[in-house]
Amino acid sequence: MVTKEIPRTTAPAVPARRSPRRRRDGRAALLYLAPGGILLLAMLVYPIYQLVLISFYDYGQPQAVGNAPLVFLGFGNYVELLENLQFWEVLAKTLGFTAVCVVGSLALGTGLAVLATRVRAWARVPLFLAALAAWATPAMAGSYVWLFLFDADFGLVNEVLSGLGFTGMANHSWTFDTYSTFGLVAAEVIWCSFPFVMVTMYAGLKGVPEEVIEAAYLDGASTWRTTWSITLPMVRPLLTIATIQSIIWDFKIFTQIYVMTNGGGVAGRNLVLNVFAYQQAFAGQEYGLGAALGVVMTLLLLSITGLYVRSQRRSAGWV
Amino acid sequence: MRTRVLIAGLAAVGLVAACAPAQNTPAAGGGDEKTGTVRVWLFDEANRAPKEAAVKEAIAEFKAAHSGVEVDVQWIPVEGRADKFSGAFNDPASAPDVAEFGNTDVSSYAATGALADLTGDLSSWKEGADILPAVLETAKSGGKTYGLPWFTGIRALYYRTDLFAELGLKPPTTLAELTETAKTIRAKKPELYGISVGGKYTYAMLPFLWAHGGEIAKQDGGKWKSTMDSEQAKAGVTAYANLLKADICPPEQCANLTGTQSITAFAGGKAGMSIGGDFNRKAVEAGQVKGKYAIIPLPGTEAGKIAPAFAGGNLLGVFNATKRKSLAVEFTELLGGAKYQEKMYVAMGNLPTLGSVQQKLAASDPSVKPFVDTLTAGTKFVPATAAWSKIDAQNVLPTAIQQIATGGKDPAAALTAAAAEMNKAFG
Repeated sequence: MVTKEIPRTTAPAVPARRSPRRRRDGRAALLYLAPGGILLLAMLVYPIYQLVLISFYDYGQPQAVGNAPLVFLGFGNYVELLENLQFWEVLAKTLGFTAVCVVGSLALGTGLAVLATRVRAWARVPLFLAALAAWATPAMAGSYVWLFLFDADFGLVNEVLSGLGFTGMANHSWTFDTYSTFGLVAAEVIWCSFPFVMVTMYAGLKGVPEEVIEAAYLDGASTWRTTWSITLPMVRPLLTIATIQSIIWDFKIFTQIYVMTNGGGVAGRNLVLNVFAYQQAFAGQEYGLGAALGVVMTLLLLSITGLYVRSQRRSAGWV
Repeated sequence: MRTRVLIAGLAAVGLVAACAPAQNTPAAGGGDEKTGTVRVWLFDEANRAPKEAAVKEAIAEFKAAHSGVEVDVQWIPVEGRADKFSGAFNDPASAPDVAEFGNTDVSSYAATGALADLTGDLSSWKEGADILPAVLETAKSGGKTYGLPWFTGIRALYYRTDLFAELGLKPPTTLAELTETAKTIRAKKPELYGISVGGKYTYAMLPFLWAHGGEIAKQDGGKWKSTMDSEQAKAGVTAYANLLKADICPPEQCANLTGTQSITAFAGGKAGMSIGGDFNRKAVEAGQVKGKYAIIPLPGTEAGKIAPAFAGGNLLGVFNATKRKSLAVEFTELLGGAKYQEKMYVAMGNLPTLGSVQQKLAASDPSVKPFVDTLTAGTKFVPATAAWSKIDAQNVLPTAIQQIATGGKDPAAALTAAAAEMNKAFG
């Protein structure tokens, strides 16, 4: 009996067979990515490239229209900026102001989101409507409304306060003292940016499955424990996004400071970086210096958000 | 990984070294077409209707004299002018043919090469010789004239006649008296500001500076150097900053006021005095104090003298890139001529720049007299250099005034810092 030899087939040439498909996949992926990529190149990479380039030159209005020769300064604009004491002062104030606004809007937004999950619909609907109205108000209009409310002579706030017996508050100027002014603007910024946090966090809280919470209760976890060990880790990605968004927005505040402090407050003591950049560089048509400031701001913002994202990844193992 | 970073780094350095930032080509001289549309930019005003009516009349006259010509007017907000003009400089195709602009901006605009040199056109214009020489100076940069002075902005002292009568006060004859009078008003009427002026009202501060013998800057061998740190400048700025005190115009309310806001407070009956221009008279007339105020020249440091005023005002200029050079110049000369200067005075209260029109108005309208007297007594101007626009945009002088007024810095320190900032801008 001759056993028939089983024909030995060569091992399937997996790489050879998959390679064209992979190539095809790659091509398709490239094709899908192309529109976004081209847009990104045109709208982000090229302007940033120009920004960096301009920051190395003495570039003002005469240079922009080609009526004066370009002078390469190297890091001259950066040196001028970093040697300017006022820049450091404004930077410190901007960081402090941003921190207050971010913490304020996160605390208020998250607090109200928790409240919204606990109350009935008749209470939740007005809360959301009020928040959305604040959110939808243009920054310019919101700033003026707050200014009117806190006006020294005709403002409702002073009238109410003096009516309540705080007679010292009649004709009190809220926009004179450095901290009082920053506080007022921060309150306005928090007022118009907490709704985003609230809506995001509300969605996150609603997304936590009830079974998990129930299971935790059955295991005897306290409310506090459930919040810290179940809810918080589950909403952490959303909280991170809300925080990063808030940092980016609040670091770049312009309108509220510009409008409410009349362009930076008395003797420029309420300036933040964006308004400082506008006043020093763009209104004065020193685009080179302004570009350098723009680059510095971008790097600062990238590193702040980068550090924050890294700390979140570390503590939660979240990617 | 490391090599990749290195290559990327080298590539970046190469890119930066090899390329220069984008520049537009300089505006080429335009054409001289005799038909088509002349595009005009004029400043929008709080109360534009009378200005618009006068301009429309001029357009109708211009169109009647030139067949096949249209005039298109765009109203530019004063606050947003920097962006609009930058746009016009960057893209000559979208620039107007004729534009109105402030005389403090002349040097920085001229530096872009976008404005046409009108020196020859104005000297051959039949009304050109009538332009007051001091006013014509404010339209010059580097010896060339870049605009036709359309109107002059001169500021003087406004005061409440009813209040002065009630309190038995006399109009001040020196700046020191002005301070005392302001204190008396505030002491007797605590709800009023003695005089409404502001920390951001540079043009109200300048007469104090000049009256005390100070100067903003001096030119030495073509290079400007700030003189804000001189003793005279210190005396002048301090005298002005002392008005922003609790016993006259409290810093909580006044430290951040601009010129317009100061006049608004006076027009609303909140102040005993204010410093305002001829161009503010319409606003004051529309306020609560109508018929209850008078205007006199701002006094100097000695009785009988007038503090040198800032020679503000607006010009009409022609863009180099215009395709209709002669039409643009002709329209400028029509709108800036005697007939329409007078109409603009009636419409807006703008003080004319032509000597004959000014004399005629002063004879018929007594309210012009304080401004004409101030102008005749001698005016001064800001340094005629492109750096002034930057110093202005960076709030260098208002910051010093505010620091002195609020006690944030002593006068010497504040003005030394301001002088250093200015010298940096002068380069």
